[in-house]
Amino acid sequence: MNIFRRIYNFYYEGFRDMTVGKTLWLLIIVKLFVMFVILKLFFFQSQLGKYETQQEKSGAVIENLLK
Amino acid sequence: MILEMSAIGLSRLQFAVTAMFHWIFVPLTLGLAVIIGIMETKYFLESKKPGNEVNTEFWKKTTRFWSRIFAINFAIGVATGIILEFQFGTNWSNYSWFVGDIFGAPLAIEGIFAFFMESTFFAVMYFGWDKVSKKFHLASTWLTAIGANLSAVWILIANAWMQNPVGMVFNPDTARNEMVDFWEVVFSPVALNKLMHTSTSGFMLGAVVVIGISAWYLLKRRDVEFAIKSMKIAAIFGLVSALVLAYSGDGSAYLVAKHQPMKLAAMEGLYKGENKAPLVGMAILNPQKEITNDEDPYLFDISIPGALSLLANRSFDSFVPGIEDIINGGYDVTDENGITSKALSFEQKRERGKLAVDGLREYQQSLKTGNDSLKAASYSQLQENFKYFGYSFLDSPQQAIPPVALTFYAFRIMVILGGYFILFFIAVLVLTSKGRIISMKESYSKIIYWILILSIPLVYICSQSGWIVAEVGRQPWTIQDLLPVQAAVSAVAPGNIYATLTIFFVLFTVLLIAELKIMFNQIKRGPENLS
Repeated sequence: MNIFRRIYNFYYEGFRDMTVGKTLWLLIIVKLFVMFVILKLFFFQSQLGKYETQQEKSGAVIENLLK
Repeated sequence: MILEMSAIGLSRLQFAVTAMFHWIFVPLTLGLAVIIGIMETKYFLESKKPGNEVNTEFWKKTTRFWSRIFAINFAIGVATGIILEFQFGTNWSNYSWFVGDIFGAPLAIEGIFAFFMESTFFAVMYFGWDKVSKKFHLASTWLTAIGANLSAVWILIANAWMQNPVGMVFNPDTARNEMVDFWEVVFSPVALNKLMHTSTSGFMLGAVVVIGISAWYLLKRRDVEFAIKSMKIAAIFGLVSALVLAYSGDGSAYLVAKHQPMKLAAMEGLYKGENKAPLVGMAILNPQKEITNDEDPYLFDISIPGALSLLANRSFDSFVPGIEDIINGGYDVTDENGITSKALSFEQKRERGKLAVDGLREYQQSLKTGNDSLKAASYSQLQENFKYFGYSFLDSPQQAIPPVALTFYAFRIMVILGGYFILFFIAVLVLTSKGRIISMKESYSKIIYWILILSIPLVYICSQSGWIVAEVGRQPWTIQDLLPVQAAVSAVAPGNIYATLTIFFVLFTVLLIAELKIMFNQIKRGPENLS
């Protein structure tokens, strides 16, 4: 059996035989969904993300610091 | 740039809540990973002895049980720290831009190297029993432990830089700090000491959790051999960790005295500095005390004469400045090159900070007008005074003082509990030798088991208190002397922060309840009945 097949089987069998692990994976998926889809998308936009270039971002921060 | 305090306060609260929840999971990962490595090493060595199947099987089951507890904690805790990075971009955008690649480099190394190493070998650790060789499995367990601790190393280096910014130059073209000496950042004494102190605090926490859970089995009179042998390993590991923790704690106080004297003054509630300064053992702070009045700082105190001078300067007779001295300046300070000068007052530092900000303003003007002589002069002015850049954003001396009561009491809780845990580990070692812990009178043993079990929440309180001292004690600075919270924060609507704070609180509470529920379920099953 080639190495890739063995690695695939290693993970496949590992995940297949999980018991508590399945609950943990469900929790991880829900957590990541809340974090990356709900929080990141709707609440945590980068304040400097609205500027396109590095120069514009620098300008915005310098303006804030010099206010 | 001064926003309403409510937005600053809420952003700080949000960051604190997130960091503290994150820190519930991290230290157990750090400590338990090493304990599991020790247990699996024992299993590996036992398996090499001929005719030793019973012992080999025992250590395999023991290792697998604690690995299960580790996995639950790891899975629930993984990625909770990413929310802190979201907050950098949204709530602290000026800060995250200003720190530049100083933060970027260590965090990138952490993400690419340490986390992937940890995750890769974590899979072998769990799926690999009876599928890979014992030697490879043992190596994977240790590499998971090393990876977990390496992850922490890079984060702690970034944190240490905030407490003591070194190895960088501020670029006025981009308003970013640029790393000029990677090794100075990595090997700064503050970073090295922080690594030792924080890692060993995680080790100690892991050891207390193992002992506490093992005590529950003794209370239930089941899996006794498993519990006692787990306790012995955890107690030895915990005692060594606690002693290193105490040693690095002393080093930490010394470095705080050098680089963050205001934090040390707040930790001690010291308003007026003195020679042979006493270290406060126990005290109740006077809530009426301000720098503007002559009230006694303590309502009651028990202090050790000269001990603070010894801690701060390694000399009983030396002068330790108090909050008022740091505000008023004028006392002697000796730098790392041994040169003694008079400490600047708050007002002098603020003037220097304003010169730095004016330098930045004029530098920007020179870029627009193409005035090269102004550019050179303003650049020099900025760099000469950059050390005090952050003071220009403070309106009054009071803003340079951290919350004294919180820092003071958190420091005492940390130190008292740290001392308690040294005695705790010694006691566990004595009790587990020759089976004393199960042969004593039932009425005594029950009390002892409960003390061991209830020490689990205490070690978390100790660990969190340490971070409160480190982070609250350095207020108002996000980067020491360079950027206070007022200048670091973004213009985010308070309503938005309230909403995210609520979501975090609900999310993390659900995660914590889930972790405890799954963990308790596995503990009830025990090492013999792992699902």
